[in-house]
Amino acid sequence: MATDSALESKVYTKAPNSLWYNALRHLLKKRSAVVGIAMLGMLVATAILAPVIAPYDPAQILDGAKRNTPPCIHLLGCPADQPQHIFGIDGNSRDFFSRVVYGSRLSLEIGIVSVSFAIVVGTLLGAVASYGGGWLDSVVMRMMDVLLAFPSLLLAIAIVAVLGPGLINTLLAISIVSIPHYARVARSSVISVKELDFVTASRALGESSTRILFRRILPNALTPLIVIGTLGIATAILDAAALSFLGLGAQPPTPEWGLMLGEERNNLFNAPFLLFIPGIAIMITVLGFNLLGDGLRDALDPRLNH
Amino acid sequence: MLGFLVRRLVLVTPVLLGILFITFALGRLIPGDPCMIALGEHFTPEACAQFRERTGLNDTILVQFLHYLGNLAHGNFGTSLRTSQAVTGIVLLRLPMTLELTICAMLFATVVGIPLGVFSATRHNSAADVLTMITANFGVSMPVFWLGLMLAYLFAIMLKGTPLWLPPSGRLTPGTTVPPLTTTFHLQNLSGLPLAIVTFASNMVVFNSLITGNWPVLGDALRHLILPAIAVGTIPMAIIARMTRSSLLEVLGLEYIRTARAKGLSERVVIYRHALRNAMLPIVTVVGLQLGTLLGGAVLTETVFGLPGVGTFLVGSIFARDYSVVQAFTVIIALIFVVVNLVVDASYAYLDPRVRPQ
Repeated sequence: MATDSALESKVYTKAPNSLWYNALRHLLKKRSAVVGIAMLGMLVATAILAPVIAPYDPAQILDGAKRNTPPCIHLLGCPADQPQHIFGIDGNSRDFFSRVVYGSRLSLEIGIVSVSFAIVVGTLLGAVASYGGGWLDSVVMRMMDVLLAFPSLLLAIAIVAVLGPGLINTLLAISIVSIPHYARVARSSVISVKELDFVTASRALGESSTRILFRRILPNALTPLIVIGTLGIATAILDAAALSFLGLGAQPPTPEWGLMLGEERNNLFNAPFLLFIPGIAIMITVLGFNLLGDGLRDALDPRLNH
Repeated sequence: MLGFLVRRLVLVTPVLLGILFITFALGRLIPGDPCMIALGEHFTPEACAQFRERTGLNDTILVQFLHYLGNLAHGNFGTSLRTSQAVTGIVLLRLPMTLELTICAMLFATVVGIPLGVFSATRHNSAADVLTMITANFGVSMPVFWLGLMLAYLFAIMLKGTPLWLPPSGRLTPGTTVPPLTTTFHLQNLSGLPLAIVTFASNMVVFNSLITGNWPVLGDALRHLILPAIAVGTIPMAIIARMTRSSLLEVLGLEYIRTARAKGLSERVVIYRHALRNAMLPIVTVVGLQLGTLLGGAVLTETVFGLPGVGTFLVGSIFARDYSVVQAFTVIIALIFVVVNLVVDASYAYLDPRVRPQ
């Protein structure tokens, strides 16, 4: 069985993109990954089409709207003479549905921007450390150990405390806290390939160190970085929501889901729907990235014999 | 065993120094002139020069760092700008609540998570297994504070009037007080470190009422801790369950398990005595690492449930730019995290003789 599939893959191996092609095939075979992709697809569509989907401006205070009005959906028997607000009205007389829809933009932006920044900085640090070796390696990696020794959310809170509350500072704090993970992965990938023959060959051909590092070595570190990056987006979204909930992240009237929960948390008793919806939105987003990340890990893992 | 511990301690020293340096550096990086912030409206150039001399701001960074270390070693965390209290006192008052919550959450996470993982692994690919893992996936994707709000809604509002009702906020029912241990045990003439330890223990309400046999207060405190502990413990519980499942599945595929079964041992003995012990190593690692999530989650959840711990105070201090408090809490929690993971490391040696150095 095992030899058969090994033979098969030898005979039918396709041109350079076969790794990605195979990965995609395996990914689509996994039901949970497909569910994750579908959830994220819907979310991205919502984010892009937000101005079309949302009936109101997310920050617009509606004249004559009563605060904390429960959802009113015409199809479900809400009188036609009342304006339709399918998620109700929030504590500041704004259309809650529009706010939740626009929130998808922020969460995706937060997750992707902070993780991209962390991946770029972390990969550079890890690659330079392992490629340089010696004291450079020790210094950089001990610094990473120290950052990892803090509970991540608390370090992020401490960084925001220094930089001052705000969305940009939150992004920065979350990035800094996650840099060590990427640095470690990049470092171990570089170490595992830097002594291989094709690297020696490039060196013999007279390629510069920078070119070898960026064109020959780093592409090999890409797969693990993609996997932990996808899972990292989930964590980043959760952490950003937490900081915003505490009032340290996004500031009003930004339609950020964590901030919305923070603003409405005293409405638990009289308008609980204002607290159900943003939490479910965060959960769906995070679950989507988690499922996709787990799926990618299985699909891209060469050790697993599919 | 002792040598092993000493070696680990030596390895962890640079990390500890790094933590101390980072918290020290964060304190120096706050924008604005520290003497302007401290003196406020009493600011004059002369007063500022005096202040700088008195607080050592004129020394080199290295000397200042050594001063900071010296102060920490004496348990001196400075003074809170916001409340003018000694930060040490605030820590002794607030940290016990957070630790109590963290410990309860940790208990919930392991006591529920490990059996859930075992349950799932032993019914591999069954409907029960799939359902458990789907639930675990939802569990790791929920914001802690939101879960806290939802639990408060379910137990404090929807179940109001039923015996399942649980209080949504506070540490004890208003009006309930716990006498400090110093009065209970007539320890009024303690001072220094022993006093700090007794005060700390005394402020851990569950511990205090447990050793003094104050059952009504103990019950009340535990009832107030159930919801926050479940909220904080759910993400780690889900992660522990997933780890237990995959680790146990790996071990269950090994030859010696087949041998144990062939010997005619009961499935219970095979799983709990033979398989689980070998599967424990990655689980213990995850439990140790989850402490970071738990401490962060505790800080968040306190604000939801109005518990008088580190979290509620920390957030207020950040807005008041009361940096000595933020610094103290950060360094203490990071140290707790490092020490616990050191203990986890040491427990490998207990669990797995292969790790034990000869």
